[in-house]
Order: sequence, then structure tokens, then C-alpha cells
Amino acid sequence: MNTAEWINTVEYKELNFARKALVVNPTKACQPLGAFFCASGFEGTLPYEHGSQGCTAYFRNNLARHYREPFPAVSDSMTEDAAVFGGRANMIEGLKNANDLYKPKMIAMCTSCMAEVIGDDLKAFISNARDAGSIPASLPVAPAHTPSFIGSHITGYDNMLLAIVKTLSEGKYKDGDRNGKLNVIPGFDAHIENIREVKRYMSMMGVPVTVLADNTETFDSPLSGHYEMYHGGTTLAEAGDSVNAIGTISMQAYASAKTVKEFGAEYGQKTAEFNYPMGIAAFDSFLMKVSEMTGMPIPASITDERGRALDAATDAHQYFHGKRFSMFGDPDVMLGLARFIMEMGGEPVHIVSTNGTKKWEREMQALLASSPYGSSGTAYPGKDLWHLRSLLVTEPVDMLIGDSHGKYAAKDAGIPLVRIGFPITDRVNLHRYATLGYKGTMNLITWITNAFLDELDRTCDDAHFELLR
Amino acid sequence: MRQVAIYGKGGIGKSTTTQNLVAGLAEAGKKILIVGCDPKADSTRLMLHAKAQTTVMDLARERGGVEELELSDVLLTGYRGVKCTESGGPEPGVGCAGRGVITAINFLEENGAYTPDLDFVFYDVLGDVVCGGFAMPMREKKAQEIYIVTSGEMMAMYAANNICKGIVKYAVSGGIRLGGLICNSRKVDKEFELIQALADKLGTKMIHFVPRDNVVQRAELKRMTVIEYEPEANQADEYRTLARKISENKNMVIPTPLTMEELEELLITYGFMDAEEEAAARA
Repeated sequence: MNTAEWINTVEYKELNFARKALVVNPTKACQPLGAFFCASGFEGTLPYEHGSQGCTAYFRNNLARHYREPFPAVSDSMTEDAAVFGGRANMIEGLKNANDLYKPKMIAMCTSCMAEVIGDDLKAFISNARDAGSIPASLPVAPAHTPSFIGSHITGYDNMLLAIVKTLSEGKYKDGDRNGKLNVIPGFDAHIENIREVKRYMSMMGVPVTVLADNTETFDSPLSGHYEMYHGGTTLAEAGDSVNAIGTISMQAYASAKTVKEFGAEYGQKTAEFNYPMGIAAFDSFLMKVSEMTGMPIPASITDERGRALDAATDAHQYFHGKRFSMFGDPDVMLGLARFIMEMGGEPVHIVSTNGTKKWEREMQALLASSPYGSSGTAYPGKDLWHLRSLLVTEPVDMLIGDSHGKYAAKDAGIPLVRIGFPITDRVNLHRYATLGYKGTMNLITWITNAFLDELDRTCDDAHFELLR
Repeated sequence: MRQVAIYGKGGIGKSTTTQNLVAGLAEAGKKILIVGCDPKADSTRLMLHAKAQTTVMDLARERGGVEELELSDVLLTGYRGVKCTESGGPEPGVGCAGRGVITAINFLEENGAYTPDLDFVFYDVLGDVVCGGFAMPMREKKAQEIYIVTSGEMMAMYAANNICKGIVKYAVSGGIRLGGLICNSRKVDKEFELIQALADKLGTKMIHFVPRDNVVQRAELKRMTVIEYEPEANQADEYRTLARKISENKNMVIPTPLTMEELEELLITYGFMDAEEEAAARA
């Protein structure tokens, strides 16, 4: 047996799963990527990394490849001398340059591993820089420690969001005098059209919202012929006032745990957390939670939309039912996706999340156990795409769902890949389509079902090449 | 809750002094947490009557990550209910001990070790402030007051002065202050006057002069503080006095560190280094 055949065997799979010292294609990125993504959701905000240049280049690259938009961000270029003497001098000069050149309304600062290992103190350095006259006293700088050897991009998103909220809300908490708005935290959701959709539903319900963070305009700005460095984003005033909201809802519990806890514990808000509520039932519970928290009813226009999604699900059901799925990605997205697949009568089989924890595993197994369609499913926290490949070739499924990195394993397994997650670097415009809400559900149903039908047309013999499917 | 960090040159008796004064505070009914910030993990031995406890980093290494730990694994209760934890760190010569301190303190914070019922948190920190990690206890929302353990020996004073430089850096931004010098006597000539004068130059006070007494060593051998081992001893009263002085201390300052020349001058003034020796040193 040659190597190419051997790596498809059960024997190899067992060796692969015994692997300890090596990670091959993890389904996660590092903290500052999430911090940058979060920072880009605020008005006039410059993402700033206290650390080395290469890290920043990598994050910019990743975001630009996915969204096909430029992504401005800066670093203070720490080099070997900074590793020895600390990055204070870099920050004093870096903040000055960043402010002079790019005139931001806020600087959202995160750290690379180097600054974290040597223990640089962001808050102290920022105040040193203010004293040195690098930046005016009025310019907010939100500092988040984001060491990449802890957690993943979703941890970085949470850390940055918390830092921004804390920085902007300083002295603004009105001790229970609520502003009547609801905070919505999208989480690390690469499918940014979801934010527009959530805002649309909220306006249909008459619920005023503050989205923390709203990066739709940053990554989906109109082509006008003029380059604007800062475009859109939640205003700093609104973000600062978010501590006075009536409540906070997160669409991604794992990507916002600390921030949600802060809103509840420090600012006495009602809070609710969802795991990326994909599909009809999950989005129903989201809307009902909004209704419960705000007292606003769900209008008939939304019920109609829901009915259309239900119709779309029924039309597609016969092609979906009983199909076996593998999926990989962030913990919240996996929970949302598995729930949606089971709602459609599909069977989640292998669910891989490198940044999934033991708690996530328990949650996923409980979800799988809640439906007969989940009986062949297993959650794999901490595993990578090379593990997933072994699963795909030894226990075959009909489709893989995940980001573009999954295309190699999908090709080896001879199954289609439907792209959900980050990054998507080999298809266009998918971030312009929702995956949440009733329209998002219709999109998912359409993509997945049609991928099966395309596959059928491509592979069937002439006798079965039918006009009607 | 007052958060207090104890710094000082290696081997000066930080851990011994800290635990003895904590015993004094505990005896007076205070609720205390000791956070040992030293890879040697000897900051809680006299409280727990045991050799170095299992540290945060030891357990993290064993289990494959700090996220696998529970607070109860690393937070033990010792003499008179004093809570004890040790950051631990790498073996000598490898890795990054400073990062170990950062990781451990973050873990304790995130997992709720700092309960509101505590009157004091004491950080017992290794040697000089050699890197950002060992400055962790001085950073935002952590220790607001620092005490430096020193003696009349030149290098101990030199280290104390260096630590003051670190404090100045964080005092401007973080609001930490120097509470005073603790002189742990080595029976050096004119030690009392010397440290008094150093404190004066630094803009602070010598909060207490702890005399040298062999009972400290005897108690240590039994893994106990003097207050527990021989409560009637004079030395036990010295530690009680230190505890009371710290408890009542309101004199918090941003120190004014000395230059090397000023420090040498001080030593000359107090006859520690006589003029001939000085001439020889300069030649």
C-alpha cells in the first residue's frame, strides 16, 4: 500500500488521533485577529497592535483576502531592542505617528505575543505617551491584552470589545437610568450581512439597538471612487452609552463571555447569550428573547418572513433529509450549524472545533442527544483539519461545511464544501449574504441543497440526468 | 481590600518577613491572601507548615494548560485561615518566569480568588523588578502599596533603590505608592541610622526595624512563623508591631530614587564605606 492509500486507512486515523505534539491546520487564528475585527466595528477607529510588524501584516492580509477590501491597521514595530528594553518607546512614538498620520477618533490597541511575554503594561505606557504629548488627552485609547498563546481569535474579540466598552463608558454609567436600547453583540461573525439583518428585524420590532461591534460598513463599503479610511461603525457616543442599555444579547456566547458578564454584573443589565442562532427555531427563540427583554411584540411582517423560510425548508427537505454532514469552525458557529442541520433532518456526524473547550463538547453532545438526527454525531474539541481528513475518509459523509481551508480535505473525500466561516478566500461575495434570520436560513437551505443537486447533475449517468429534481 | 506587594533583594528575608507580619495581621483578625510570585515557591511554607505547595504553573504544566485548573487546586488555607497560593514557574535556566507570574495572577483574578471579604492581599515578589512580569503586581488595579525589605548591606540598599525606580514608572500611570522600607537587620554597623537616612532620601519612612533573632531560624525549621512557634518571644512582638504599623500606615509616597553617587555618599556618611576605601575604589 502506498502512502496516499495508507493515510486513508483506519490504522492511520488511529495514529493520527494519538498525535500530541503537532497541530496541522487548526481551525482557529490568534487573538489579535479577533481584536482587529472587533475594533473595525467602531466609528473612526484605528486598530493598533503593540508588537511586531509581521503580526499586523498577517491580520490585515487575512481580513483583506476574505472581504476583498483594504484593511488599515498599524503596529508600533517592536524589534529585538524592544524585546530587551520593553516597548514603551515604541508606543510613545507609535501613538504619535498613528494619530498624526491617520487622525482616528479612537485607537483600539491590542498586543502581539512578544509584548505579552515581556509583560508590557499597556495602560501605563498609554499614559506615558499622553504625558509625552504623543496624543491628546481627549483621544480614547482602548487597551486589550491579547496574547495568542491563550484562547483564539474569539477570545481576542471579547477582550477588545470589553476594553472598548470600558474605555468609552468611563464616567457614563447612570446607575440604572436606562436609555431604552438593547445591545446586540454579533461576535466574530464573518458573515457581516447578519448585522444588517439583525438591525432590520429590530427596526421591524421597533427596538432601538446598539450593535457592538458593527463592522458591516468597514468590510462592505460602497464603491464610490473615493477611498475613506474610516467608514461606518457604531459611534463612540453610542458605544459609551451601551452601559445604560436595558439589556445585552450576544449572538456568540463563546466570543463574548467576559463582555456579557461585565454588562450583567457591573451594569445590572438583563443579558442573554445565543450560540449563533441559525435556522428557524433558534432565530425564533432569539426574537422571543428580544420581545421578552424589551416588551415589544413580534410584528406580522416578521411572521410572514418566517412563513416563507418555512416554505423554503419544506421545498428543500427531501434533498436534505438523511444527509450526513461534517463541519468545522468556531464553537458558537458549530452549535448553530448543528442545530440547523438537524432542524432540516440532516445528520451532523463529525464536528471539529480547535478552539472548542470541554464545556463546548458537553454542550454539543447534549444538543446532538436532543434529536434523533444527532445520534451519529461526535464533537471533537481541540482537533484540527488533519484529524478531520481522517474522519472524512474513514467514516464518509455527504458534505463538509466550513471555511476555505476545508477544500483540500473535501476534495480528498470527494464531497462538496459549503463555505461558512472565516476565512473564505476562494469564493466571492459570500459575506454579503446573511446566514442568520429567516432570510439567512433561506440562504443556507439554498446553498446546501443546490450544492447536493449540482453534485448529482455532475456525477449521475446520462439515464438519470433529469430536468426535474 | 488592600493589596500590598513586598519587594526586596533576593535572600533578604522577604518571604519570612511577609509571612511573619501576615501572621501578626491574621492574629488581629484580618482576612488575608498571600500570592507568592517566585518560581521557588517558598512564600507560603510557614503558613501551610509544608514544603512548597503545588503552584499554579506546576499544575498548568502537568495538565497541559492553565485553563484546565480549578481555583481550589491551587488555593490552600493555612495558619489562622490565611489563604495561600504560589505562581510557581519554570525550572531555573529555561522559559520565562515573568510570564509565569502574569499567567498565574490573571488566572487568580479570572477565577475569583480576590473575594470581597479579604482585608489584605500580599504579593511576595522575587528579587529585583527584573522584567515586566515581576512588575505585574504593581499593574492596574493590583497592589496599591509597596514595601521594600532591605538591610544595611550595600547591595540590599542598591536593590531597594532600583525597585523604587520601578515604582516611579508605575506610580505615574497606575497610582501605586511606596508605603515604606522594612529593615530586616543584618547587624551591620549603624544600620538603623543608615536605613532611616535612605528612607529619608527616598521620601519615605523606615516603617519598622526588625532586629535579628535566631528564633526566626528555629521557627523556620519547624515551618512556622515566630508568632505561631513562640508567641511569647520578643521577636513575635516585633512582627506584631510591624503588622500594626502597616495596618495603620497612611504615608504613601512616590519615591525619589537616588543616583549611584548619592547612594555611595550615604554609605560614607554613615561610615559604612570609609574614605580610604572609597579612594581605593576610585583609583
